[in-house]
Amino acid sequence: MHGKEQKKMKTKVGVLGLLRMLLMDSSKKISFSRCIRDGDLVIVYERHDTMKAVKVCENSVLQNRFGVFKHSDWIGKPFGSKVFSSKGGFVYLLAPTPELWTLVLSHRTQILYIADISFVIMYLEVVPGCLVLESGTGSGSLTTSLARAVAPKGHVYTFDFHEQRAASAREDFDRTGISNLVTVGVRDIQGEGFPDEFSGLADSVFLDLPQPWLAIPSTRNMLKQDGTLCSFSPCIEQVQRSCETLRSDFTDIRTFEILLRTYEVREWKLDHSKPDDGSSVACPPCKRRQPSSEVTVGDNANSPAVIARPSAETRGHTGYLTFARRKCLS
Amino acid sequence: MSESKPESGPVPNPRVTWEGCSVLLDINDGDRLVFARLSAGSTLKIGNKTFSLKPLIGCPFGSLFQVESGKEKPYLSRFVPPTEENNVQDEGSCQLQEESRDNRAIIDNNQAQSLTGEDIEAMRRQGATGDEIVEALVANSATFEKKTQFSQEKYRLKKQKKYAPRVLLRRPFSRSICEAYFKKYPARIGFLRVDALSLLLSMANVTANSDVLVVDMVGGLVTGAVAERLGGTGSVCSTYLGGTPYPIEIIRMFNFSNEICKRILRCTFNDLCSVQNETGEQVNQHEDVCAMESQSNEKTSLSVSTEDVHLSSKNGDTDLVPENELSTSSKTCKAPKAGEKATKEVIQSWKENGFSSLIVAAPEQDAWSLVKDLLPLLTYSAPFAIYHQYLQPLATCMHNLQHEKMAIGLQISEPWLREYQVLPSRTHPCMQMSGTGGYILSGLELETWQFFTGKELQAMARQEIFRSCNILLHSQPQDLTIFRARKTMGVPSRQLSSKTQTAEPQAEEPPSPTSSTSSSQHQNEVAEEVGPSKVDKPTTPSASSNS
Repeated sequence: MHGKEQKKMKTKVGVLGLLRMLLMDSSKKISFSRCIRDGDLVIVYERHDTMKAVKVCENSVLQNRFGVFKHSDWIGKPFGSKVFSSKGGFVYLLAPTPELWTLVLSHRTQILYIADISFVIMYLEVVPGCLVLESGTGSGSLTTSLARAVAPKGHVYTFDFHEQRAASAREDFDRTGISNLVTVGVRDIQGEGFPDEFSGLADSVFLDLPQPWLAIPSTRNMLKQDGTLCSFSPCIEQVQRSCETLRSDFTDIRTFEILLRTYEVREWKLDHSKPDDGSSVACPPCKRRQPSSEVTVGDNANSPAVIARPSAETRGHTGYLTFARRKCLS
Repeated sequence: MSESKPESGPVPNPRVTWEGCSVLLDINDGDRLVFARLSAGSTLKIGNKTFSLKPLIGCPFGSLFQVESGKEKPYLSRFVPPTEENNVQDEGSCQLQEESRDNRAIIDNNQAQSLTGEDIEAMRRQGATGDEIVEALVANSATFEKKTQFSQEKYRLKKQKKYAPRVLLRRPFSRSICEAYFKKYPARIGFLRVDALSLLLSMANVTANSDVLVVDMVGGLVTGAVAERLGGTGSVCSTYLGGTPYPIEIIRMFNFSNEICKRILRCTFNDLCSVQNETGEQVNQHEDVCAMESQSNEKTSLSVSTEDVHLSSKNGDTDLVPENELSTSSKTCKAPKAGEKATKEVIQSWKENGFSSLIVAAPEQDAWSLVKDLLPLLTYSAPFAIYHQYLQPLATCMHNLQHEKMAIGLQISEPWLREYQVLPSRTHPCMQMSGTGGYILSGLELETWQFFTGKELQAMARQEIFRSCNILLHSQPQDLTIFRARKTMGVPSRQLSSKTQTAEPQAEEPPSPTSSTSSSQHQNEVAEEVGPSKVDKPTTPSASSNS
């Protein structure tokens, strides 16, 4: 969506205290006094569907349809500030989060979005300190959220058979500052399985593979007893086959589909035909107002109603999420 | 690797139960869910029989137990399911052969089963196992052979559940706790479904070392879920209006270590936003300044009264799950204290640094009246997620936030979760599903502070300019102490100077589906259209360049 304006600003990473996505220690927390610094990663917000990640670099500029923005103007401003271009246009500078990152990352593959990501992490019971295996890495959208969930002491080992894709993911994780939580390996998990060194150590495994059933026997060996597995597949045939394979060594096998419906909100510009009693016709008189408990902006009889409806266009399908637990036999 | 953990005691993420640990017992594949605390004396009732839970101590989570008929009385015994390799093959082959049977000859006349209740009782007395009873029932069913393969499976499962019930030992995590409550007592958690809970945690960017502000009127579920994600770092502040903290009894279902419990703190809303004077001490103005008009019936006194707490928690009932047949003595022995009152120092640090994010789950409250006062407590650009079981309060809240320009990236989402039955030749969505998991309003707080000198602030306090007290001490790099205060709506701030971005550039605004109305324009006027500086504030770092 924003790819045309993509402009790589690579500077050397490694300066301590720079703002990245996750708070590796409390000193790097954003606070009221922590303003934007040279080297920080910021999300430049133009519109809700137009954002991009930019690394602040004193001598650099950002150019978009609103004009030319000098990074030097940004330094010292708080996050969340509105900043202006030479032409007077403005953007907002936001602190990066995995959710924003999912919206700005460069798509090398189809990616997972917030609904699936959130549910996967909750259902896999990923908590700080967990060891998580993932394949494939793809564009690293889920990986970033997994890293957030295992921080500060856990680790995510993610594998992709595509060498260049793995390298790009590594670069991204450097950029977002999560590389101490994530290790990217190049490996064909369907063909070779996960590396033996993780045998019996994984708390959770996530599979996003075309033939997940091929990786399930290896997954079983990696997982601790009662460890959790999730396989993401767009097609029901993949699910069918995975579930058949899972039945021998796994239990609690459950398949879900999760979607998000978003809503548009607007004021209802209802033409009041001057009701003589002064009461609003827009509100059905189902509930009598408590004079003291109603606090709204512009709370008066003429205030227009706020109404909501589902957004017209929405995602109809992402994929099926199949969860299972390794059977407890000892 | 730090991930290899010791396997006993309340260490982080333990995988084996111990005496005094909290467990979730899943009876017959989710038919019944019971929270329990394991001890030598604790028991579980299944049907009309009572079982000791002692055999469950020291077993790995995920293990399965089955009722065995003992010499004197039946007991729970570890059950290791056979590797289903064979079963799977059976199923696989049977689905290939054409099913020739159907139910045309099966008549429901209640005469198919020749075993009577007395017969079964007699078998039991003679020490028959549950599985043996199931086999006998199958053998004595006149219609079993006529049933289709699928319906034979169903029959067996039904009988197994009744005569050979199984108990699965589950780890209490936010996932399992939320699911159990949603299934049993959805009203207690404000109908917050597990996928909605997971979204709240993501949208509020909850991670290690963050300081998360929560309004938890769902029994402690959100507070606990946040604490789980913090893993003993950062802090979660459960704030409340009025004098009585909201109950957080669900937290005791988690097996939180002391390290995690310490991070769960409570603090009144008043304490969080009381005005600071220049020496950092609290001045006694919060009665004036943070008048909470929405809480008219709750006095802003800090003393804890014994009045009834909020609506969705019934009369402070501390027995979490009535079905739990456990000895009450075990309840107090192990549960470490979570939810201590935050100390002055901690509150001060929250005020100085701001919270990293906000989650509100107050199903009975108006979202906007909470959010407008809570957002200023967040640090710049901090994400927030507001849960509500109804759409309308969130729509209003979103609309107001847009108008006040208090937040960006606003979105109302409603999760939709459908489970599937996946079986050979029988895959389809489950017949029953939850119709709603609630709604979530998410967004990012914007930097909308103004900077004032101490004198200005005092003047404003005298005039009761601030409806809510969002004034915080802020020390600048230039070593000048100035105050920050948020523009508040509907206040006579005209006479006040401010450094707002008075010259709005003619750039495109981020889209707002609403067109401003006359009333909202008035609001904007008050908030935005402030005169030129009466006091010059060259030190203000946020002095926006009206380029």
